[in-house]
Amino acid sequence: MQRRNFIKASAMTAAMALAGFSASFAQAQETIKVGVLHSLSGTMAISETVLKDTVLMAIDEINAKGGVLGKKLEPVVVDPASNWPLFAEKARQLISKDKVAVTFGCWTSVSRKSVLPVYEELNSLLFYPVQYEGEELSKNVFYTGAAPNQQAIPAVEYLMSKDGGSAKRFVLLGTDYVYPRTTNKILRAFLHSKGVKDEDIIEEYTPFGHSDYQSIIAKIKKFSSEGKKTAVVSTINGDSNVPFYKELGNQGLKATDVPVVAFSVGEEELRGVDTKPLVGHLAAWNYFMSIKSPANTEFVKKWSDYAKAKNIPGHKDKPLTNDPMEATYIGIHMWAQAANKAKSVDTDKVIAAMAGQTFKAPGGFISTMDKENHHLHKPVFIGEIKADGQFNVVWKTKGPVVADPWSDYIAENKGKKNVPEKK
Amino acid sequence: MLDKTLVTRIFGPKGWLGLALFAAITLVLVPILNLVVPEDSAFHLSTYWVTLIGKIMCYAIVALAMDLVWGYTGILSLGHGIFFALGGYAMGMYLMRAIGREGNYQSDLPDFMVFLNWKELPWYWVGTDSFLYCMALVVLVPGILALIFGYFAFRSRIKGVYFSIITQALTFAAMLLFFRNETGFGGNNGFTDFKRILGFPIAAPETRVALFAITALFLIGFLLLGRFIVTSKLGRVLNAIRDAESRVMFSGYNPLPYKLFIWVLSAVICGIAGALFVPQVGIINPSEMSPANSIEIAIWTAVGGRATLVGPLIGAGLIAGVKSWFTVAFPEYWLYFLGLIFILVTLYLPRGVVGLINKERA
Amino acid sequence: MAMTRAARPLPALFADVLLCLALCLGMLGTAHAAIPKELILQLATGDSDEKIAAMGQIASSGDPAALPLLQAMADGRLQVLEEKQQVLLYNDAGEVTDAVTGAKLDPVPEGAEDITVNNRLRSALDGAMAALQLTAADTAVRLDAARNIKSSATPEMLPLIEKALQSEKDAAIRRLLLTTQASLQLSSDNVSTRLAAVKALAASGDSETKQLLLALLEKEGDTFKEPEAAVRAEAQKSIDDIDARLQMGEYAGMAFTGISLGSILLLAALGLAITYGLMGVINMAHGELIMIGAYATYLTQNLVRAYAPGLFEIYPLLAVPVSFMVAALVGVAMERLVIRHLYGRPLETLLATWGISLMLIQLVRSLFGAQNVPLENPAWLSGGVQVMSNLILPYNRIAIIVFAGLVVAGMALILTRTRLGLFVRAVTQNRNMASCVGVATPRVDTVAFGLGSGIAGLAGCALSQVGNVGPDLGQSYIIDSFMVVVLGGVGQLIGTVYAALGLGIINKLFEAQAGAVLAKIAVLVIIIVFIQKRPQGLFAVRGRFVEQ
Repeated sequence: MQRRNFIKASAMTAAMALAGFSASFAQAQETIKVGVLHSLSGTMAISETVLKDTVLMAIDEINAKGGVLGKKLEPVVVDPASNWPLFAEKARQLISKDKVAVTFGCWTSVSRKSVLPVYEELNSLLFYPVQYEGEELSKNVFYTGAAPNQQAIPAVEYLMSKDGGSAKRFVLLGTDYVYPRTTNKILRAFLHSKGVKDEDIIEEYTPFGHSDYQSIIAKIKKFSSEGKKTAVVSTINGDSNVPFYKELGNQGLKATDVPVVAFSVGEEELRGVDTKPLVGHLAAWNYFMSIKSPANTEFVKKWSDYAKAKNIPGHKDKPLTNDPMEATYIGIHMWAQAANKAKSVDTDKVIAAMAGQTFKAPGGFISTMDKENHHLHKPVFIGEIKADGQFNVVWKTKGPVVADPWSDYIAENKGKKNVPEKK
Repeated sequence: MLDKTLVTRIFGPKGWLGLALFAAITLVLVPILNLVVPEDSAFHLSTYWVTLIGKIMCYAIVALAMDLVWGYTGILSLGHGIFFALGGYAMGMYLMRAIGREGNYQSDLPDFMVFLNWKELPWYWVGTDSFLYCMALVVLVPGILALIFGYFAFRSRIKGVYFSIITQALTFAAMLLFFRNETGFGGNNGFTDFKRILGFPIAAPETRVALFAITALFLIGFLLLGRFIVTSKLGRVLNAIRDAESRVMFSGYNPLPYKLFIWVLSAVICGIAGALFVPQVGIINPSEMSPANSIEIAIWTAVGGRATLVGPLIGAGLIAGVKSWFTVAFPEYWLYFLGLIFILVTLYLPRGVVGLINKERA
Repeated sequence: MAMTRAARPLPALFADVLLCLALCLGMLGTAHAAIPKELILQLATGDSDEKIAAMGQIASSGDPAALPLLQAMADGRLQVLEEKQQVLLYNDAGEVTDAVTGAKLDPVPEGAEDITVNNRLRSALDGAMAALQLTAADTAVRLDAARNIKSSATPEMLPLIEKALQSEKDAAIRRLLLTTQASLQLSSDNVSTRLAAVKALAASGDSETKQLLLALLEKEGDTFKEPEAAVRAEAQKSIDDIDARLQMGEYAGMAFTGISLGSILLLAALGLAITYGLMGVINMAHGELIMIGAYATYLTQNLVRAYAPGLFEIYPLLAVPVSFMVAALVGVAMERLVIRHLYGRPLETLLATWGISLMLIQLVRSLFGAQNVPLENPAWLSGGVQVMSNLILPYNRIAIIVFAGLVVAGMALILTRTRLGLFVRAVTQNRNMASCVGVATPRVDTVAFGLGSGIAGLAGCALSQVGNVGPDLGQSYIIDSFMVVVLGGVGQLIGTVYAALGLGIINKLFEAQAGAVLAKIAVLVIIIVFIQKRPQGLFAVRGRFVEQ
């Protein structure tokens, strides 16, 4: 009797698993599968969901123009649920079960680090669309977001310039994880090189999901009162920005007194904030929705139409685009171009074809994939928050900046070349 | 509350047969299907399935450990994730050291330490290049933490929900602690990008299958150990503590050592499960200590059926399997299904899935 | 409404007054030609330095057209057409005039570019505008101007300030102006003027002044910036005076932040004190009830904005009953459908409510999207009241402290003074006995659970004013809420209050010393240790019974 119980239970599991298995095989083979690995639930859903929709939109667009190599692209969407081991499992599933040609996905560094060994082992391709701390370079990953020198360093240079307020003292404020820690380490070294002393820099970290910024703001106020012009460099992660900015506004810390420049605050993060008291605070990105260029007007329109057509909550009423969306969009188009050029979706052939690939980015520049280092050449914009939640570009680099994933400001990187190592 | 028949029935002759079948599948069939059968064959079992089932077996071990304290002794821990994670971290420390100089910075130290400008290993990392020492840590660290925590908690006679909440506080505090980069465990990223274990390349199919088989062996071993405990006199005292602790005391027993024993054992089992988990999924990081993960452990046990030993295994397999499938098949809606399953199981299957099967048979 | 009036944020007030001013000026006739065209063009097209110089000159001209022009620039209502050398000025109604001639432009010339303002320019603009307003008729405008000019004054403004001081009667404004004057005099060539200025600055308690004084003590090479030793000594004394005042503000601020955090914890935990504390339901969906309250507030805001924009200022008040009702209804539904079947099996309620919580999160995500939804604070909840120079108490936090007090009082009244409260206590203390004496226990359960859920909804309404509103809102409060209730002692309302405030203050004390991460860890460890000492929480129910 008991064995039957056992069998019955395991049969249930097996049946469920098989159903999923066969469902994925039922599709016809004339399509090229594209994996979408963004969290749709859990803590990161707030940021990542919209990237999934961006990929789907770009796929529709490419398919409407005839697809890649004459085949239609077929998205395979999975939900890794903000769970890092699940990311690795889903990545393996996408590659070895669904046989996707390429994956667009990940937001946090830890999720990327979790899937990286899988992509290297199975030699598949991942496009990673978010600004990150560098200190990594894999041949299987294309990084379409910014490396620290494409975001953080220009921003601090701006703060130190006359127009940025000639800041002399810096509060490096962040959520306690790797991206802020690394960025701040690079910035500290950079500031030292500019003659800023350690006593003029403080670093402050808050836990994930921190929501009470009263003490931190009091500390900033005190620090700024101890002499010389102070600026805050914020690497506070996604969700915590709303309480931070609300407190900032209420405590009367104005941008003209102590400007805050943020690297993780974009149009989407400001959606939940009343921006009137925040006018003048800064953000550094490679793209802003407010950039005036024909390519961007078209991109914003496409997204608005898509959001309305697909009834995407939030965006159907108030469509917003942001930097990681642009990076995702560039990434998928570049991949399609490279696959067409290589006449194959084979990983190694596409990697070879990706080198030097260009795309007219919504940001108004021609984005170029570096010939060697798997990062995009990107322009850097500094925007000031406007009362309507958009950004007013007050400064931009003369042209695209070449990424430096192994930052020269980190001593251990001496002698490292910005080229993926052969494995 | 519990009918003894259930336990004995599960370990009746047919039960033994089931166990033997399980052993045969995991120890013989899976390795053959994965390693010997060629990849293009319909019978080939892909590495994806091996890692997935291996991961689920680790979860099943944790659920079993949970059943010993919750199902049989009535102590609901909402912090078992901490023991799992500590075991995982101990294994991870060895794996990090085993990377040697192949890291990004070609240093003897793990990459994240180089990055923090540390020049030498902190004291708690000393000796972690030895596999045996790390295996001792896998057992000792969760064990000693459980011993200290349990001793004070049980001595103060904290029980019920109070105990659940402070275990939750414990795992939450540990998670925050491990998130800090200065704590010396790689911060939020934790440990990843392992290269080899005991000299074998960690991504090789043979290594994976070996880890899979070892996990299966541990699962079978712990199941037998659990059976031995719950059917012994000790098991009866534990049951009595669960059902009426005061009466146990009035009858002259001191519940403290009993509770402490099963609590520490459960923590150690969790630690071993964590150590098996890490090389198979390739990452350990503080989110394993998040309170939600620990709640999920309790849910596996409840869904499968408390105080049944086998139930939690099925519960873990079912929930983890369902999650794996749903997140692909219905990425936008799977939480509805999962939530609904929890509600329905609680309402209609108070004894879990195993209870359902048993009722039919009875 | 008096409070609303008084609490209006300065910029809004500012803008209104300016509008009046601009209108008056418009009626007086056009005097635009008074500002030279070159100056306006320099303002529009120069580099930052040139722009700032132009601002100073425009401001010191005292021309009536200067203020509207500068204001338009600050508001981003200026555009420039470089090839035509034309500067366009948009007024609030969207009409366009030529900034030089004042002539109305219709049709609007094409190809004009916005004149962007960055922080440096904005700060200079503030100063220039403030200088112009120092002699305004309205005291409030002058006060604002005096405040603004303090942070952005340049030595060129000294004559303006002295002129204003001659006619100024208001004591508060005089004080501000005198401080500003003194800070400008620090760079005077005359030693005795500098000495007097340093002494005068001792009376000020703010940090900006301290910065100025500290600058005097700095060394440039071998020489001090301030050559005179006597002045330096006096400056040091003044700094010490200011420091003492700042220190007081700091302590007061720390106490306030602790109480504020405590009040938030309290609100989050109060509902749970009923559903879990009194009824024994381990309600893991409690956080989601808070979230529902916050989303109800969001919907109220949208409805008010769409159908009754006049009431926008008081939408949070309207949202209070709405969020209570919505969360209470969800709670009642939960109780009727699920929890009702699980009384007496507390640990199983954990499982079922966890399932409910997952479904509610996903439901909200499907309906409103995964991103945060925008909630705007009404004017009376933005900004804060300046108590000391370095201590601003934000209105929204004050409001939440008051609100938390009211909710506690209301709950205490319901539980101790009403029939419902009596029944609830009776049922929770001895269900069978209560049933025997005729209490309809199922109904009481439903109502009590609804009450607890409704209070969670109120918490959501309040939290929406300080934090973000997204599907995960509840997850961040659920653990803290349980900690508070357990620490306070299950079933003890007063315990919950003490525990919440205690945890809030301890957390903030640690945070000032060790940073936010370690503070949070320390608080959790304290809870664990404390429960060892008092296994039943702060306020244990006394009685001779065997807990089981």
